[in-house]
Amino acid sequence: MNGVHDMGGMHGMGPVQPEADEPVFHHPWEARAYALTRAMGAFGRWNIDASRHQRELIPPAEYLRMSYYEKWVAGLTELLLQHGFISPEELASGKAAAGGAKQTPALPAQKVAAFIARGAPASRTARVPARFRTGQRVRARNTNPTGHTRLPRYVRGKVGVVDRVHGVFVFPDTNAHFGGENPQHVYSVRFEARELWGDVHSAPGAVYVDLWDDYLDAA
Amino acid sequence: MKSAEIRPANHSDHSHEGQRVPSDPALQVMALESILVEKGLVDPKALDALVESYEHKIGPHNGAKVVARAWSDPAYRARLLTDATAAIAELGFGGLQGEHMVAVENTPAVHNLVVCTLCSCYPYPILGLPPVWYKSAPYRSRAVIDPRGVLRELGLQLPEQCEIRVWDSTAEVRYLVVPQRPAGTESLSEEQLAALVTRDAMIGVALVQPPHAGSPP
Repeated sequence: MNGVHDMGGMHGMGPVQPEADEPVFHHPWEARAYALTRAMGAFGRWNIDASRHQRELIPPAEYLRMSYYEKWVAGLTELLLQHGFISPEELASGKAAAGGAKQTPALPAQKVAAFIARGAPASRTARVPARFRTGQRVRARNTNPTGHTRLPRYVRGKVGVVDRVHGVFVFPDTNAHFGGENPQHVYSVRFEARELWGDVHSAPGAVYVDLWDDYLDAA
Repeated sequence: MKSAEIRPANHSDHSHEGQRVPSDPALQVMALESILVEKGLVDPKALDALVESYEHKIGPHNGAKVVARAWSDPAYRARLLTDATAAIAELGFGGLQGEHMVAVENTPAVHNLVVCTLCSCYPYPILGLPPVWYKSAPYRSRAVIDPRGVLRELGLQLPEQCEIRVWDSTAEVRYLVVPQRPAGTESLSEEQLAALVTRDAMIGVALVQPPHAGSPP
């Protein structure tokens, strides 16, 4: 979707403001929000693409106003409701419904280290042919899907060169909507700064963007 | 416990078409945790362990070890630049949000910079959780269109002829910048080198500074 989350190349967002000696979490609730999201994600009822898309659905004015972990809380709440982990009544009362089925097992503390170490690889062993090869010129498709996509607006219609082939990965555009993993090759594509932004940026430079087969055509 | 009020933010009754926004995230998180624990869906000790991992175990000190090893051992450097996931795993790091790693090396002619314009993708196993500025609209919007300006603002002025390569983490590949080894560090041990390497240098928004003059090598 052409949402406000797709920020590459926008103007007017102000200066980058680093914080000296920044803590990992600024408030205890941020730490709980992070951990809850991971612990509930461990059930595997949704995937990282669905979870990203949920945050993209936050209305634009709110998206820009909210802090990072506020967005995580909003996204997690919605996923928990959609997937039946909690009911709107439970959320409103702050209490589990009496007699509600208890689902187990929860991620136990002693398995957290293994959970982090394992991660959730998005690569797949499916034997699908690569449509492009290193060094090949490609054009990012000019397409405007209304659902989730990882094809940023700033490269659509632009020509780049395949810099490396990463391998076969889950396709976010379908996976985010539980429409299948649709595994395909991902490439790092080099776009010259001039191609993306015109002549105003004359100093040498390029942007490398990771793009799936379905985002590209030969150029 | 009374949970935070949820108000519809898009004037729609269809929750899947928009996204409700909690009025008080702290209260909302407490309510969620309490409900989920009561239902047996969450072990609060697992939450403690997750927080503990990212507050104390997983952080830029991991990435610094990788960089210091690459600076000290040419064979390791070659492996890191060829298959970063495997090379980083040699030092015991990997997993969540670092499942597929690529290392890119700074040289006098090329400077690399990492961003995620679409969200906040970041190599957790070697850098920990991302700082707020990395996830912020100013960095996400400008890193790709004006990297030189962003770097200048952050105190890094690169020569005009130096090529800047910006890596936008749009897929599940995560990037590590291998900074240039500062001059005058030839006699330093790997451990001493690791102490010089900062998070910002591994994102590509800073250079690694040589040890302060006068400090012990």
